[in-house]
Amino acid sequence: PGDTSVLAGLYGPAEVKGSKELPDRATLEVLLRPKVGLPGVTERSREQLLRQTCEAVVLGVLHPRTAITLVLQVLSDAGSLLSCCLNAACMGLLDAGLPLSSLFCGVTCALDPNGTIVLDPTTRQEQEARAVFTFAIDSAEKKVLMATTKGSCSVEEMQQCLAAAQRAADTIFQFYRDSVRRRYSK
Amino acid sequence: LSICFRTVEPLEYYRRFLKENCRPDGRELGEFRATTVNIGKSCCSITTADGSALVKLGNTTVICGVKAELAAPAVDSANKGYIVPNVELPSLCSTRFRSGPPGEEAQAASQFIADVIENSQIIAKEDLCIASGKLAWVLYCDIICLDYDGNILDASAFALLAALKNVQLPSVTVNEETGLSEVNLKQKNPLIIRKHPVATSFAIFDDTLLIVDPTAEEEDLATGTVTIVTDDEGRLCSVHKPGGSPLTGAKLQDCITRAITRHKEVKKLIDKVIKSIKPK
Repeated sequence: PGDTSVLAGLYGPAEVKGSKELPDRATLEVLLRPKVGLPGVTERSREQLLRQTCEAVVLGVLHPRTAITLVLQVLSDAGSLLSCCLNAACMGLLDAGLPLSSLFCGVTCALDPNGTIVLDPTTRQEQEARAVFTFAIDSAEKKVLMATTKGSCSVEEMQQCLAAAQRAADTIFQFYRDSVRRRYSK
Repeated sequence: LSICFRTVEPLEYYRRFLKENCRPDGRELGEFRATTVNIGKSCCSITTADGSALVKLGNTTVICGVKAELAAPAVDSANKGYIVPNVELPSLCSTRFRSGPPGEEAQAASQFIADVIENSQIIAKEDLCIASGKLAWVLYCDIICLDYDGNILDASAFALLAALKNVQLPSVTVNEETGLSEVNLKQKNPLIIRKHPVATSFAIFDDTLLIVDPTAEEEDLATGTVTIVTDDEGRLCSVHKPGGSPLTGAKLQDCITRAITRHKEVKKLIDKVIKSIKPK
């Protein structure tokens, strides 16, 4: 959303190397490449977040002993990068036609020093904020699939941000439906 | 016979216990394993480090050593020092880790600890500065797991906190004329710890049950994990839920409440241990 853009490429289900093969489900692999530089520890932890989120929705049991690889390339970063990656990943999974138990979307929520909730903050808003939350919300029951926080806040504030994020998720899912409709109606 | 069942169908074995609201090792769903902590040079191993602590959560053993070195601060933050955490999961702690470059779990754990330090402001980086723009302390925090039996994040965070409380920094003055630093090893000051963040991890089973302080076996069977870091005033420093089964807001709230209780227990434990080593 905005100026942040991430390109997602999905490959699979494909052959998997012997050591990584899981006998009852598909092996999911996520590679996140930053715009400049080599992937470092931050990318690794983000990859783990994305991978476990995708593992929760992809019905891996339908494709045992295969590998599904998701490659994300950051094209530009103007804030809310992690939720942009989540959205790109979900759309990639949709486009590839992989069986999913539900859709998910990423929402970033910043709490600025006054206590106002800002959805989808820019880089500057993120830096000035007291706390920044990124949630992955699923489409079936609006439950929290993934959560990470930066900065500290009180428990009520977090619940408020979560509620705001769940409302915003509806807008994003509508966007998914519109994009898919546009793609397949041609 | 039960051992055979446990090996062949671990999930069913666990489900039978969970239905009765308890776990194979006799704990309740909300009960932590016995926590012990050793701080300092006299009862802990590392004599070369400036601060050290050994934490045991049941069988999970984590040791943290903090070394302080001098460096020039970064250009854009001239009055701030650095804290550099590094979590290692060597192959000796569990068969699941191979030797070689740090695996994904170790890197994610290092990132988690760095986030906790950053979010909770456990140490103000300005306190680490000696001469603005010229000299500052760098604290290298090495957290090494000696025995992996689940819940590595909680143990690492606890070990880090305990070790930092133990750190004694020698006083350093910068000689105005020569511009060189003079380190006075005789005079030592403890670090100013502003906040005390404590991590509490939960494992999610079958989308509904939450159990606290998972062992390695429980972690493997779980469908998701949540780690919540709270600090002294009941504020949230971090909610770390890397994917896994979805949770409702209410369940998350339960976790947070439990985490706040745990914080008080841990804080009492740390204070008790520090008091016992004070007469030195």
